Amino acid sequence: MYIIEAENLSKKYVISHKERGIAYSTLREELTNTVKKPFYWITGKKKSKEDIWALRDVSFKLEPGEVLGIIGPNGSGKTTLLKILTRITGPTKGKAIIRGRVGSLLEVGTGFHPELTGRENVYLNGAILGMRKKEIDKKFDEIVDFAGVEKFLDTPLKRYSTGMNVRLAFSVAAHLEPDILLIDEVLAVGDISFQKKCLGKMEDVAKQGRTVLFVSHHMVAVRSLCKNAIWLDKGRIKEKGDINEVVRNYERSQMRKQDGFSCITQRDLRKVENPSFYISSVEILNTKHERINVFRYNEDLILFVSFAGNSPYDKYSAEFHIYNELGQLVSMGESGMHHAKYFGKEVKKIKIEIGPLALTSGRYRILLRVLSGDTCYDMWRNAMDFSIIECQPFETRWEIPTYKGGVCILKHSFHEID
Amino acid sequence: METIIKPKKGLADLNFKELWSYRELFYFFVWRDVKLRYKQTFFGIAWAVIQPFITMMVFSIVFGKLANMPSDNIPYPIFVYAGLLLWNIFSNSLNYASSSLIGSANIIQKIYLPKIIMPAASVMVTLVDFFFAALIFLGIMFYYSFMPHFQGLLLLPLLLLITLFASLGLGWFLAAVNVKFRDVRYALPFFIQLLIFITPVIYPVSIVPKAYQWLLALNPMTGVIEAFKAGFLGTMPISWTGLAISAGMSIVFFIFGLVYFLKTEKTFADII
Repeated sequence: MYIIEAENLSKKYVISHKERGIAYSTLREELTNTVKKPFYWITGKKKSKEDIWALRDVSFKLEPGEVLGIIGPNGSGKTTLLKILTRITGPTKGKAIIRGRVGSLLEVGTGFHPELTGRENVYLNGAILGMRKKEIDKKFDEIVDFAGVEKFLDTPLKRYSTGMNVRLAFSVAAHLEPDILLIDEVLAVGDISFQKKCLGKMEDVAKQGRTVLFVSHHMVAVRSLCKNAIWLDKGRIKEKGDINEVVRNYERSQMRKQDGFSCITQRDLRKVENPSFYISSVEILNTKHERINVFRYNEDLILFVSFAGNSPYDKYSAEFHIYNELGQLVSMGESGMHHAKYFGKEVKKIKIEIGPLALTSGRYRILLRVLSGDTCYDMWRNAMDFSIIECQPFETRWEIPTYKGGVCILKHSFHEID
Repeated sequence: METIIKPKKGLADLNFKELWSYRELFYFFVWRDVKLRYKQTFFGIAWAVIQPFITMMVFSIVFGKLANMPSDNIPYPIFVYAGLLLWNIFSNSLNYASSSLIGSANIIQKIYLPKIIMPAASVMVTLVDFFFAALIFLGIMFYYSFMPHFQGLLLLPLLLLITLFASLGLGWFLAAVNVKFRDVRYALPFFIQLLIFITPVIYPVSIVPKAYQWLLALNPMTGVIEAFKAGFLGTMPISWTGLAISAGMSIVFFIFGLVYFLKTEKTFADII
């Protein structure tokens, strides 16, 4: 018996192109439109409306205990699919059968009211999420304990710090214990440490043998949590099957998209502080000199950096910094200090080879600087982005993502001695 | 537990089993609204009493003393307060219910629940106000040494039921309309202010020319308030036809509101 059976789920939105981007309208607008309509009909000018299929013929089946990843670019219908499965909005066509209680980890704090106390909010929020009062009574201490707000139970929520608020909200949601858990990482809120906690909790849940639908942009997380995946594209299922296969194809398509596009960045001249001499563009390549900004663990990358303007000094040195998605400085290099390498002022393009990238998988940002001695001519903060995928250095299936694997993976091995 | 998700088709959507399973949430919503109503107010729950009391005073001075409004030979404060008791259930219901959905937009966008319970919970909250206001009514009658008639008390549950039916129907309707057209927010207070003048709260129906009395009867609160005054204050025999028309109208309102709500409900999450 499948726990979820979805058949041809489709959702249509009618977008009327009016200037104001709000869905609700005023009576006046509606009335004037009704009056105008006959004229539109005569003049052939119709109120421009467009059907958008946010989801089109999506079918899949899910066994109990299965962890399914849903991936796809923005606007591909991932969130719409979850909204239909949680019954927030109805499908336009199709049908789904769900056998069990559905919960979502990221509907945290829905219905929280700042004027009510912590205790009152736990009960209210629990009830909104679908818990019985008895159930909340039973888990109340656990919820409060996990959130660590015992002392403030009878304080109105508005006196809570943001952190306490989020912890309490998350704690209630985490104790719901649904049969099917829907997780939309896109909706994840809070600071890095809270997101980390969320991801950790999601992993726990997924490993407990519960059925999980996991929507994410985070290929690393998807890969480490799910066995199977669905790839949505423009509302349709593009591919479904084994997680590694689907993610690889998805990433390949994303790479192709980035090919020659974001692999060269031109400098926005308005952001140059010192136009006399500055970095004008940067290009990222792999060792085969193909433009690419996605690398595997231990691959090398090449940067071509171009300069413009006239240096008032004879020589300059170049510097790069690499930051990870947590904002930590991962590595840096400077031509002058590290290599005693200086470029004459007539040199307008240099090549930097960096590698092997023994980095954990995630997104990285490169900052570039150009200096003469201690004087910094120019600094370009977001010069280039790149990603590390498939950080699997030890031939295991497990990914090592930045948020839990540290900055880099040093070469290491374990041996029995005694 | 098995849930079937498919395109929604209006009335077929009313699922009593599901509604029953959400009764606790309904209770929580009522409880939340009661709690929130007077949080961080100096007088707290006393407001439930102060509001109708002051209205009564103002009406007594303006209509009772200055305008010499006939009140069927009973002290005007008692006469007008009796009307206000039931009227306030109705008018507050419309106020609270109409904003119940847009006030909880974040819940509607993020969680599934039968939305029909939200305006309904708002309506129930007014019963709490009614209870406190009724206590004051006893005090006023005591002050004037007025002996109420027992018949009215027996009739009260039925009158409350009719009031609730009318309130629920209109409440659902206004809440649903408010999701799409925010005009409701501005028009409603104004509308309610006018409505009290075509309801026999401050005057007895007897002063309205016979030819126009049928118009008043279309207002579901007319028969209810008249019957309450007649039965409780003993001003005249109860008009059973008037009450029957009120009951009929409130059922019409109830069904109309319910149907409209269920028809539009499926779009709430998309447009709110």
